[in-house]
Amino acid sequence: MAVPSFLARDRIVARPGFNRWLIPPAALAVHLCIGQAYATSVYKTALVEHFDTSLTAIGVIFSIAIVMLGVSAALFGTWVDRNGPRAAMFTSAVFWVSGFLVGGLGIETGQLWLLYLGYGVLGGIGLGIGYISPVSTLIKWFPDRPGLATGMAIMGFGGGALIASPLSRQLMNYYDPAYDGTAGTVPNGEAVAALFFTLAAVYLVFMMFGAFIIRVPADDWRPHGFDPSSVKKKALVTTESVSANNAIKTPQFWLLWTVLFCNVTAGIGILEQAAPMIQDFFRNGETSTVAAATAAGFVGLLSLFNMGGRFVWSSTSDFIGRKPIYMVYLGVGALLYIGLATIGSTATWLFVLLAAVIISFYGGGFATVPAYLRDLFGTYQVGAIHGRLLTAWSAAGVAGPLIINGVLDTQGTPGQLVAANYRPALFIMVGLLVVGFIANLLVRPVASKWHEPKATSPATARADTERSAVR
Amino acid sequence: MSHPATDHRQPTHTPVGLIAFAWTLVGVPLAYGLYNTVKAASALFGG
Repeated sequence: MAVPSFLARDRIVARPGFNRWLIPPAALAVHLCIGQAYATSVYKTALVEHFDTSLTAIGVIFSIAIVMLGVSAALFGTWVDRNGPRAAMFTSAVFWVSGFLVGGLGIETGQLWLLYLGYGVLGGIGLGIGYISPVSTLIKWFPDRPGLATGMAIMGFGGGALIASPLSRQLMNYYDPAYDGTAGTVPNGEAVAALFFTLAAVYLVFMMFGAFIIRVPADDWRPHGFDPSSVKKKALVTTESVSANNAIKTPQFWLLWTVLFCNVTAGIGILEQAAPMIQDFFRNGETSTVAAATAAGFVGLLSLFNMGGRFVWSSTSDFIGRKPIYMVYLGVGALLYIGLATIGSTATWLFVLLAAVIISFYGGGFATVPAYLRDLFGTYQVGAIHGRLLTAWSAAGVAGPLIINGVLDTQGTPGQLVAANYRPALFIMVGLLVVGFIANLLVRPVASKWHEPKATSPATARADTERSAVR
Repeated sequence: MSHPATDHRQPTHTPVGLIAFAWTLVGVPLAYGLYNTVKAASALFGG
């Protein structure tokens, strides 16, 4: 599918002397916007009241969006690689903004299905394309520090929720003065619709700015003083190219899929239940020693560690290697989960510390995986391969809440649960992390039969996409 | 502003002001989000 010439990859090839430090803010401009997906809880109750429906019916909107994220990233990954980041960012912005507009219309007219179609389906497609849009470009601009580069962008996804949560509260307060953001007050539906329309306008500007300034490096471009042969010094790092269609036929892809699925499922186990979990862990009879405001602070702290982990751990992987850092995420993560299940209820500070580090590993797992893919499969179609790998996120987005909610449902009534009731779910997460740890250990270099012919350069590779697709 | 493919090899210079502007544009909202989140998280330590 051809794109208009102003979006074409050939039109955004950077000329010699272009400063690559303009690329991370372009990527952040997109990821900070689509990261709003993790801030939907601020208007969840308002939507339940407005549509007079259940929490589950509203929660489905987010689930649809995350499933569409994985599906669209997998389906359009090759298209993104072929047409370049400007076309991808532009398309992502159109879908993401349309999602808010159609969703807002659904709220305004009281039609929930429009919210499913808008925020869920259209917004979810925007999420998927937007999430992968800058990743392969960043890896190509920062071959010397791919973990740092993708960490910066994917940190933005975590940061997007940090911005959208307080901004949404303030905007809803502006549109409905009766709502002041404190517990017990709920904005009306009109305020939420107005919020959707406002966010659509703001996100359109930001994402188009990112699409406008993004550039791809010329095929022969190298950072000053960078010797590509030095990259090969680390085990598992290839200088070969593997197509997306071939990558999914390798055990390495499915091992990494398992790693991501296990890491994300385990992280969601805490994120999904964060606020009630800390209160339940320190419950004495009917009351908890942790107040609701403190629990909200705990959720905020987890957001910070989720975001910080993306940048810090992914950058660290440039020095210690991708396989070792995943051994930390999954191995140390499993030990921390055991600690949480066994001694987590002995002191609040210990519980908070354990959960915060676990969540930093969760974020780190997201941010490091593009660089891991680059190491194993090369830069040739890393965006498309990353897109296909994100189906693990969609699957984890369904499995994580199902496990934690399913187990807790068998343990008692919400509001009366205690630390011991969480143990079965936490030990399931430990088991998952061990499975992920073993999958990571089994990762070996990709067999040479999957490598593209040596003549394949990034430029010719794009022309060869159809040839690869039928292999 | 885009350039035709024939211009690819002509050297360019990225204005420092543009880089600063781009980082400010994404940095200010991020700082706003961080400030509000730290403020919320401080309840955890304030008792």
